Amino acid sequence: MAEKILLEIVTPKGAVVSEEVDIVTAPGFGGEFGVLANHAPFLSTIKIGSLVYKQAGKEELMMVSGGFCEVSDNKISFLVESAEHGRDIDVDRALKAKERAEKRLAQAVQKAETINRVRAEAAMQRALARLKAAKSH
Amino acid sequence: MPSLKDVKTQISGVKKTSQITKAMNMVAAAKLRGAQEKMEDFRPYASKFNAAMATLSGNMEAGQFPLMEVRDVKSVEIIIVTSDRGLCGSFNANIIKMTAKLVAKLESEGKTVSIVGVGKKGARAFNKSGKVRKAFNDIMGTFQMFNAREIAQDVAENFISGNADEVHVVYGKFHSVASQKPATVKLLPVSPAETGETEGDAVAADYIYEPSPTEIMDVLLPLYLNVMVYHSMLEVSASEHAARMTAMDNATTACSDIVTNLTLIYNKARQAAITADLMDIVGGAEALKG
Repeated sequence: MAEKILLEIVTPKGAVVSEEVDIVTAPGFGGEFGVLANHAPFLSTIKIGSLVYKQAGKEELMMVSGGFCEVSDNKISFLVESAEHGRDIDVDRALKAKERAEKRLAQAVQKAETINRVRAEAAMQRALARLKAAKSH
Repeated sequence: MPSLKDVKTQISGVKKTSQITKAMNMVAAAKLRGAQEKMEDFRPYASKFNAAMATLSGNMEAGQFPLMEVRDVKSVEIIIVTSDRGLCGSFNANIIKMTAKLVAKLESEGKTVSIVGVGKKGARAFNKSGKVRKAFNDIMGTFQMFNAREIAQDVAENFISGNADEVHVVYGKFHSVASQKPATVKLLPVSPAETGETEGDAVAADYIYEPSPTEIMDVLLPLYLNVMVYHSMLEVSASEHAARMTAMDNATTACSDIVTNLTLIYNKARQAAITADLMDIVGGAEALKG
């Protein structure tokens, strides 16, 4: 496992990660995908979920929200709206967000408001992804 | 000659004003630093995004996406991005002037114009004209990506429904701390050529796309709008603080000039009063002698 791939995670608030890693697993459009060194050029959209990368035998779990990723020249760059390390996530806040999203979702379903429902679902997914990422620490 | 007391109150008044302008200058300087940092942080995201858009849109036909559809231009929407607060020199006035010119030009070509205001000042300036379709007020202070998304979504929906055939953004571009100029960019329809500089055709490697390139474009185009709107908001917020900093610096200098002048007048008046008093005493003494 000598060969590594450069992982870059960029959000509108700046670069979050820029490291040489062994493997990256990310929530792609068609399900999770893994990328190793020297992967062929690849472009995919990213869903809200957890991203895992392994570096020197250590696994790092992150929460990412929508965006896309590009693989080329042994470099994988993620352009996502937000990315957070599991260790930085405020579990209480995520739990509260989850409860809020649950309530809103129930409300939206009841009143059949599509837009609010989509929003609540997205909020729900974000909260769940955060909780999952936080749990690994 | 103004009385001594009048001049004294005037001096203390001007001094108080200069204290305020000085404080505002310092606040603006601190906020400018924050805004500039935000802009710096955003730059890598924007440039990568544009590069990816360029690789993607290079081998794509514009007609197949609603957001790229080029129509006969009958109605134009202008997003005017200004600050929420005033006291920043001619910064907002310049943006408003440029917008007004653009509106006049478009209307002389027989097109209907609607305006979306981002930041209070712009919407307020066009309120009377009745052209303002929507105003996003009081968001320039602490805005984030999701604020930009809300605006972009609203404008995109309006474009897709056919109410506007073209959308432009007028905003204050940040050139440097000393110079901010209004600028216009076309937002919709998205034209592939404008999505950033292509880095030569050699880079257009055979990518594996997941899902298909068209579907990725469907996701990327709205994101692209977010990026554009967010970017213009960042520029405006940095420009606003820079403009306010300069304006307040000028005001502070003007204040100290006025204080110098007033102090001179005050001293002259004091001197004159003393002379008059002395003359009185001397006159009185002379009279007693005689």
